Amino acid sequence: MVKSVTSLGRSGLHDWMIQRVSAVVLAVYIVYLAVFIFSTPHLQFSVWHNLFERTGFKVFSLIALTALCFHAWIGLWVISTDYLKPLAIRMVFQVLVIISCIALILWGAQIFWSV
Amino acid sequence: MQFSIYRYDPDTDKKPYMKDYELEIETGSDMMLLDALILLKAQDAGISFRRSCREGVCGSDGVNVNGKNALACITPLSSLKGKKITVRPLPGLPVIRDLVVDMTQFYRQYEKIRPYLINNDEQPVREHLQTPQDREKLDGLYECILCACCSTACPSFWWNPDKFIGPSGLLQAYRFIIDSRDTETESRLDDLDDAYSLFRCRGIMNCVSVCPKGLNPTQAIGHIRSMLLNRGL
Ligand code: SF4
Ligand code: SF4
Ligand code: FES
Repeated sequence: MVKSVTSLGRSGLHDWMIQRVSAVVLAVYIVYLAVFIFSTPHLQFSVWHNLFERTGFKVFSLIALTALCFHAWIGLWVISTDYLKPLAIRMVFQVLVIISCIALILWGAQIFWSV
Repeated sequence: MQFSIYRYDPDTDKKPYMKDYELEIETGSDMMLLDALILLKAQDAGISFRRSCREGVCGSDGVNVNGKNALACITPLSSLKGKKITVRPLPGLPVIRDLVVDMTQFYRQYEKIRPYLINNDEQPVREHLQTPQDREKLDGLYECILCACCSTACPSFWWNPDKFIGPSGLLQAYRFIIDSRDTETESRLDDLDDAYSLFRCRGIMNCVSVCPKGLNPTQAIGHIRSMLLNRGL
């Protein structure tokens, strides 16, 4: 057993699972958005606004943003433990990633619900 | 035939260098790379490498030939492309001298997976029998000769040789997890369920492409992962 405190999940399996599930969520969101964009002939501000006004879509967007942040956290954590060997640099990097992820989620929620 | 061989003697050399050699080989004849190395050693007694069985059984002469890990004793020269054959030590491990690497990290990972049968049930009176079906599950696993060709070809092992068990150790781990006579399946799985030991495998499959015994560590890793998943869901 190798212990790690800055990884997102409690175990390797947990991280692995989060990464797969978040990937699926992101794929569904992207496909949904793509279909919406390509099936709307005149993509104007009002159309865009209507889409984001629906509570269902706000929740969906927030879930997708959270999935993106979790996915990025795990991915960047792995990269940092592979390539950033000096402890101080690695720690600063990991903390920055974690803070950015949390900030992005909060900021995103604020934006979605301000529509 | 031309050879370029990695040379390094920490006592006298500041840093490693590549040295060129020529070997006369009768046209139409072939030999194993190990035989060639032995002939080259007759030219230059300084060249160091490990070998023992010279038939792909002991796993001591893993080297990096033209960029790919292989056992010198079962690699025919005719299978190697290019005018000059480049021979280097296995990548990622500290070099002791020339083609001889320090395998401590590799063995330490092997030790971690407890490479022996553990039976906490009552001891059978005679031998511990296994059905032919259960025995079959060990095929493709028990053949591993611990040559380290796979682990030293794995980028995940290069970056975290102290934390990632590596393909060879994980293949062996599965060999004991799946053995019907072993009672420590659960604790063996527990040991691997962190972010490094097993999950550092990114499915690059370098291990599969180099294994001189034709084994498939990636598949074994996949099996362990499914077992963890079945248990965890
Ligand atoms: S499949 Fe996994 S163990 Fe094999 S070389 Fe790739 S990362 Fe390493
Ligand atoms: S799995 Fe294959 S390459 Fe790896 S140590 Fe065993 S025999 Fe060697
Ligand atoms: S010398 Fe034994 S495997 Fe090559």
